[in-house]
Amino acid sequence: MTALNPIEALQAAFADAIEDAQTFRGETTIVVAREAIVDVCRYCRDTEGLAYNFLSDVTGVDYHPQEPRFGVLYHLYSMIHNRSLRLKVLLPGDDPVVPSVTEVYPAANWSEREIYDLLGVRFSGHPDMRRILLPDDWEGHPLRKDYPLGKETVQFSFNFDHVDQYKPYAQE
Amino acid sequence: MGLTSKLGEMGVITVRLEDAVNWARTRAMWPMLFGLACCAIEMMSTQASLYDLSRFGMELMRPSPRQSDLMIVAGRVTRKMAPVLRQLYDQMPEPKWVLSMGDCASCGGVFNNYAVVQGVDEIVPVDVYVAGCPPRPEQLIHGIMMLHERVKQEHISDWA
Repeated sequence: MTALNPIEALQAAFADAIEDAQTFRGETTIVVAREAIVDVCRYCRDTEGLAYNFLSDVTGVDYHPQEPRFGVLYHLYSMIHNRSLRLKVLLPGDDPVVPSVTEVYPAANWSEREIYDLLGVRFSGHPDMRRILLPDDWEGHPLRKDYPLGKETVQFSFNFDHVDQYKPYAQE
Repeated sequence: MGLTSKLGEMGVITVRLEDAVNWARTRAMWPMLFGLACCAIEMMSTQASLYDLSRFGMELMRPSPRQSDLMIVAGRVTRKMAPVLRQLYDQMPEPKWVLSMGDCASCGGVFNNYAVVQGVDEIVPVDVYVAGCPPRPEQLIHGIMMLHERVKQEHISDWA
């Protein structure tokens, strides 16, 4: 089966959903509108010329001071043609919801749970949307840029007593 | 003086009860298997043949908290693991001691973030802290000897 150029094939099939496409050093990145991501993924998987049948990874990025704030990246890989593709969805900071691609790639299940847990991006239509790494009653999303970086002030000799009085020591 | 020499000839010695109890507790202190991270490797190598822990009576690490005296917290404790640690500590029968092995268990180590408990003494009361990343087997044995010295100073009324 001859391999199609993914940018041309997707722009022909989804003209208004493809917002940006570029190739840099052999890596192809396509920015997709969030409503169409499930259809684009299904098209990439089922079309014979594209045949991206392996979801390598789903990751999220927080571009905090910029808007749109969040990006969700889908790394697809075609075993038949031996090439990779990156699909990018940009989300606004006040409404980070994107449809879940679990019905197209079941491997996205836990990856999307991880993005929800650590960044707070919700996936609509996900079969099991709950935290995966942190305890269930944790508040906040730690990998956001406005989450505090350290847990406590580093305790040197000069501020030892000052930090010591706030440490919660166990009483038997 | 004559009485003790006569008793010694019969094979009888007299000690204080506290000394006898503390001697028994230090000579056969069973550690609980609580290796969480990289310090567990050093704890295993301390248990193995070259730096032998069974010469101190710690023949093997008991997996069950009900049968152990000493909890060696080896490794970083995450926020998710903290209630488990506390529950296992509560299940240990008294007398019990805690030895915090390594930097992560003593103070959080290099991990000053949301996920790691900054020192296991936020959860359980610790008797001896052993520093190191990871501490060498000789350092762990030094920590255990220091704990033995502390136990020898204890009174029976501490645990009554």
